[in-house]
Amino acid sequence: METKKCQVLVIGAGPGGYVAAIRSGQLGLSTIIVEGEKAGGTCLIRGCIPSKALIHAAHRFHALAKHSKDAGHMGISIPGPAELNMANMISWKEGIVNKLNGGVEHLLKAAGAELINGWAEFQDAKTVKIGKGKDAIIIQAEHVILANGSVPIELPFMPFSDNVISSREALNLQELPEHVVVVGGGYIGLELGITYKMLGSEVTIVEAMDSVLPIFDKELRRPLELFIKKNKIKVHTGVFAKGTEDLKDGKIKLFYADKNAKDGAKFEEIIADKVLVTVGRKPNSKSLAPTGVALDERGFVKVNQRCETNMKGVYAIGDVCDSGEMLAHVASFQGEMVAEIISGKKRTYDPVAVPAIVFTEPEIVSVGLSPEQAKEAGHPVIVGKFPLGANGRALTQEAEKSAGFVRVCAREDDHRILGIQAVGTNISELVGEWTLALEMGALLEDIAGTIHAHPTMTEMTHEAVLATLGHAIHSS
Amino acid sequence: MGIFAFKLPDIGEGVVEGEVVEWMVTAGDSVKEDEPILSVMTDKATVEIPSPVDGKVTKVIGEAGDKLPVGVVCIEFEVEGDGNASASKDEPKEEKVEKTASKAKKQVAPKPAPAAAPKEAAQSVTKAAGTKALASPAVRQRAREANIDLEHVAGSGPAGRVSHADLDKHISGGASGASSWSPVGASAKTELNGTEEIKVIGLRRKIADSMMDSYSSIAHFSYFEEVDITALEELRQHLNATRPEGAPKLTYLPFIMQALVKALRENPECNALYDDEANVVTRHQAINLGIATQTDRGLYVPVVKHVEAMDIWQSASEMIRVTSATREGKASAAELSGSTFTISSLGRLGGLGATPIINKPEVGILGVHNAKERAVVRNGQVVIRRMMNLSSSWDHRVVDGHDGATLVQRVKTYLENPATIFM
Repeated sequence: METKKCQVLVIGAGPGGYVAAIRSGQLGLSTIIVEGEKAGGTCLIRGCIPSKALIHAAHRFHALAKHSKDAGHMGISIPGPAELNMANMISWKEGIVNKLNGGVEHLLKAAGAELINGWAEFQDAKTVKIGKGKDAIIIQAEHVILANGSVPIELPFMPFSDNVISSREALNLQELPEHVVVVGGGYIGLELGITYKMLGSEVTIVEAMDSVLPIFDKELRRPLELFIKKNKIKVHTGVFAKGTEDLKDGKIKLFYADKNAKDGAKFEEIIADKVLVTVGRKPNSKSLAPTGVALDERGFVKVNQRCETNMKGVYAIGDVCDSGEMLAHVASFQGEMVAEIISGKKRTYDPVAVPAIVFTEPEIVSVGLSPEQAKEAGHPVIVGKFPLGANGRALTQEAEKSAGFVRVCAREDDHRILGIQAVGTNISELVGEWTLALEMGALLEDIAGTIHAHPTMTEMTHEAVLATLGHAIHSS
Repeated sequence: MGIFAFKLPDIGEGVVEGEVVEWMVTAGDSVKEDEPILSVMTDKATVEIPSPVDGKVTKVIGEAGDKLPVGVVCIEFEVEGDGNASASKDEPKEEKVEKTASKAKKQVAPKPAPAAAPKEAAQSVTKAAGTKALASPAVRQRAREANIDLEHVAGSGPAGRVSHADLDKHISGGASGASSWSPVGASAKTELNGTEEIKVIGLRRKIADSMMDSYSSIAHFSYFEEVDITALEELRQHLNATRPEGAPKLTYLPFIMQALVKALRENPECNALYDDEANVVTRHQAINLGIATQTDRGLYVPVVKHVEAMDIWQSASEMIRVTSATREGKASAAELSGSTFTISSLGRLGGLGATPIINKPEVGILGVHNAKERAVVRNGQVVIRRMMNLSSSWDHRVVDGHDGATLVQRVKTYLENPATIFM
């Protein structure tokens, strides 16, 4: 049995862990990172990146199908219908994933961090064992960074199986299902549901709340709801999934009931090929018991603003900790921060703004406070909006078809920008400027006084700010 | 029904064990949450531990006089629900312990709880935009590295935004927005607006409570006198020059202790403890002198016991032993309790006079000030004598002005005629 010692041990090579390990290596700390699967984590291997690949492919297919059917649209027509080979699409996606996985491994190596493949079994907070018997490796570390990430939540009355799948399997289907039922209309369910719809599946969404994507306000949700309606995705809101039954022909039956239905009332049924359960994710903290780190009642590791746990020298970042949203960019930021804290730098997790994007069609983006939240927080609020339909670049890309807009919310007295939200096709790339504006403490006048390139969709940011000031040029 | 096992909580900074003074419950008793169940003495204080739960006591561990380490299970309850004894996860128990520690109010010095801090801090870390000092991430990072709270930096930008230049100005001490008036050789001094909150916990709170208790319940009167110690100084120098091997160098304090032995015996009403609830004054034959001692952690009063049975060398050595043990934090609870009268010597900070606060339930305290050569009148001549001032405070409820003054006059007479101390 081999024993290794290091200054920094990172558990999990997702976007939090691998960033922490690279930065730690750059800072000259002897670093080991342990990963049970491929380096890259949920984000690169089975989440953000593969889903965005499939979304892109679905858009392409959707567009081609349109050229085929509405021959002549844009003056382009293709002979015959576009055809989909699902297995080939998945292997194209795998190509991207592998490229990124290789990139992460290379970057870790270049930074001097050692990547060890295997599942870390904690002996105590600073000692882990990897593997069994003679080949086992013991690693003793001075500092430990827990970046264990999260896993999809499984509903106890309908456990994952061949036909009850999580987002992970939904990104690896070798055949296009005829009918997908999505249980849980949050951002993961909607992104994947819309993707399958664009690829040609029939899609039904079953959601317990009164609307899909309930975390966003009605105004932001509206264009998405229109798209869903127009594209004939069935949505059942205010209902609970109750269980499934495998059918002889390989299909599956989902039972559901109105949330106010009385006990014993007959369940509604839907027959589908796959039931995709996207009811949320939970911290992957089960294996942490021997470390003695304190968890909250939901299983998140409790940390402070420096991502320190209750155990000295043990940090937790990303989805597994209770600080910040469950977002890859939060994990990466915290990973870099913790490596610097270990090396003696003063860092704190205190962002003004954490951008959040939903890659549905249309896309929804939010950073900072919504007008409603700003009012609740006691700010005197002014709001301005600018529609995609009035932006030249959006028209040339047909991005206006989704009826989107950019919305700015600022303080009425000193014009500090409090939040920017938007919905629309291709809108997500605009979020960089907005986040920077909030983080820099920008006023409306700062953006108003900045020349925005023409013809781009960023002009909408300028116009929405001018609208907030009461004098948009290209809208009345 | 489940079993709830309760561990002796962390009852103060650095306290690792406590001595059971009294169990207020026995097996079979039913208790309610927060009712006192156990009185534990540490070297700092006697602490009442309240019950963490509603339940029936099934087992208590340790009896009066036993020492229990912090963290050991000291009592078990039968409670509604599952209890915690079989639960594999420690966490709820720990929380309970912390909660208990802070609930014990006055008597308990709750640990600063490093484990608890992160839990709260982690809530909603993403601050809402517009609610904090307006500054770019780079300015914020610079401020963080320089330990500057941006809330205290005047921002010159729109909406009060703090720029790098504002930070430069703050660091170099120029108040932002200062007038252009700038005399030659302008002062580098800056207005400081920072504050530091220090929690009054542990020994500090114990001191605060006992001072307030004494000062608010005792009718203090103070009395001052000067003592000519020219002769005492000669004797002291002589004794130090000819001291037996291994004997400590004598300061004035051992002489004052010995003088007090004689004076307190003549005035037994001054060597007493007053239980003001029972309305009983207990005069003590033993003269156990508390020596107020400043330590890094705060004020302690170690006790030299039975000074009446000691000669000057023994009282000097014993005083040195208990005070240095106290400074090192090694004094036992016994060495920190049991005094019948207290001496407060300010040493080199002596000053002219002070109004010492009585170490309740004692009835008097003597303050000793530093000795200086002063011009005084003797037989119509101004002469140089070595003089020392004494301050005293008395509990006027039970010590009359006459008695307190007499005691001080007796001490003065002994010190001015040092041979009589030893007769």
